[in-house]
Amino acid sequence: MPDFMARPLDSAKASAPPWMQDYLRAGRGRWQTSSMPTRKTEQWKYTGLQALQSTYAPADDGVVQLAEAGVELPRFGGFRLVFVNGHFAAEHSDKDLPEGVRIVRFAEADNTQAERIRQYLGRAVGRDQVLFTALNDASLAEGVFLDIQAGAHIEQPLHVVWVSGNQGEAFSVNQRLLVLCGENSRASVIENFCGARGEQQSFTNGVTELLLEAGATLNHYRLHLEEGRALHIGRAHARLATQATLNSFHLALGSALKRVDLVVDHCGRGAHSEVNGVYLPRGKEHVDYHTCIEHRVPDCTSNEIFRGIIGDEATAVFNGRIHIHRDAQKTRAQLSNRNLLTSVNAEVNTKPELEIYADDVQCAHGATVAQLDEMSLHYLRSRGVSRADAQVMLSFGFINEVIDTVRCDALRDYLQAFLTRRFARDPALTGGVS
Amino acid sequence: MLDIENLHASVNGTDILKGLNLSVKPGEVHAIMGPNGSGKSTLGHVLAGRPGYTVTAGKVTFLGQDLLELETEERARLGLFLAFQYPVEIPGVSNMEFLKAAVDAQRERRGEKPIDAVSFMKTARETCKAVDLDPVFLKRGVNEGFSGGEKKRNELLQMMMLQPRLGILDETDSGLDIDALQVVARGVNSMRSPDRAFVMVTHYQRLLDFIEPDFVHVLAGGRIVRSGDKSLALELEARGYAWLEEEVA
Repeated sequence: MPDFMARPLDSAKASAPPWMQDYLRAGRGRWQTSSMPTRKTEQWKYTGLQALQSTYAPADDGVVQLAEAGVELPRFGGFRLVFVNGHFAAEHSDKDLPEGVRIVRFAEADNTQAERIRQYLGRAVGRDQVLFTALNDASLAEGVFLDIQAGAHIEQPLHVVWVSGNQGEAFSVNQRLLVLCGENSRASVIENFCGARGEQQSFTNGVTELLLEAGATLNHYRLHLEEGRALHIGRAHARLATQATLNSFHLALGSALKRVDLVVDHCGRGAHSEVNGVYLPRGKEHVDYHTCIEHRVPDCTSNEIFRGIIGDEATAVFNGRIHIHRDAQKTRAQLSNRNLLTSVNAEVNTKPELEIYADDVQCAHGATVAQLDEMSLHYLRSRGVSRADAQVMLSFGFINEVIDTVRCDALRDYLQAFLTRRFARDPALTGGVS
Repeated sequence: MLDIENLHASVNGTDILKGLNLSVKPGEVHAIMGPNGSGKSTLGHVLAGRPGYTVTAGKVTFLGQDLLELETEERARLGLFLAFQYPVEIPGVSNMEFLKAAVDAQRERRGEKPIDAVSFMKTARETCKAVDLDPVFLKRGVNEGFSGGEKKRNELLQMMMLQPRLGILDETDSGLDIDALQVVARGVNSMRSPDRAFVMVTHYQRLLDFIEPDFVHVLAGGRIVRSGDKSLALELEARGYAWLEEEVA
């Protein structure tokens, strides 16, 4: 076993509560018997794991001064929980729980809560052959359970922030989030991964599970704002029961390695999902989104839009799979992936993957790779807008169409302002000259 | 204001303009008519600096500057405005944001600060009203999903907001019903002033019933083959272009 394979197990907390021990054991077993994917593994063809070949120590639970570390913790209203290097940061977290939801930290769960967590944990993600999920299980120590009660309408977002702060050596964090949306409940969950300014070296292995019971609606936002040497391999799995609706939005800035797998499993009739996302790697960064939309039963709809801007020598991967099972008649599924390359050295590998076994379905997909449209640039310039400004407007406009789908006003305003600033000063995103 | 001397231009290696001369003075309205393929739209594109349109000979002076030396945006800031025949749809960029950036670019050239958002919105809404465009279009993507008439009114909106010295209208009348045509004409007429000029490229005499030109030119084979007053337009309406083309040949 290479060093990388052995080391993460050292990170596993011996102090994990007894109820987790069988997860740890099983995860450890699966992790040890798995082999690392290589470029010959189809799922990892365009994403190498060389960046992981260093030693990652368990994260300290020492206090990281977020303000000094240049970490911005935005507020979107609602309830906020903050974790720093995987450890709960009470001083940055809210105390007054909103009504209609129980928020339980794994490390603090009492027997009843632990039993409830055990009832649902792993239900969406499954346990088969998913390497980094095994690692996550094997290292389970902390996590969050958002237990949204049936019928609850929670107006304000539930915001979970995972900060990786600077630490002397390279460190790893295994993050876990479990969301259970009771029948006919409505809620919004924001997952926000961000890092400290400067050269930190971290590896986050994140697993999020979203369980939507009948008639539930969840707006799910997952922001990957870590950069530089902050590596992330993460997955979010959603399981939708009858008439459940998932509206999700994903954003990834680039880093040395970022791989996010999204799985939406339509398990009950009439379920509907929207999965939208934006990725913005530049420099030598890498972002890889693998999405898989499963349609198992009739009458479900799914709509997926991903857009990326790839600059400098960055690389991106988008693999969008739609799998329509034999019984999933009357499915309507759409997928669109568009990419803008702002440099001749930028690269994107995009692949829509349709597997359809039902015969009465409507399914559309498309993928494009392009540069900024010369005629649009000319039109803006013909009104006096400078070339550089026109490039900013067009490239931002390209992703702004997707940002506009964010339903949470406070979050949308934040993202638009944050990205406008970024586009204005970063020619790699706009094809401009620095 | 605008002096075009012996202008030759080509598109994709094909010569379109072949020695065009035109002089426009402040306060004047010129109409340029001509058969399909004569180079009418090319003239507008060349003046606006559209990529792919190559000037092979000739000289264009605009407000004392060598126009062909200037970047597209510099021409616009100097006061040249081309109303496109086919305005470009740009989803994701709001019409309002675009308009404000354009207005601010003009102000910057004059050494002024960006316009404050409140005054801008007020002016933009009033101008919308003047061109009979629902202000809700300000929030939409630039020309995104606009009908043909809405696009033309949006061009007019931009022109009225930017108050150029020279407005070039490239077949702004095409595809407009009579009501929309009157709206456009009213807008243009309201902007006529002693220090502003217009060049209207059109197929039809109809537009000239509403915006009365001082001069009418006929463009054929890449050159202006005849110039006159508005009676020339009526003659063309009655006789077509063939007689002129024959005369020139």
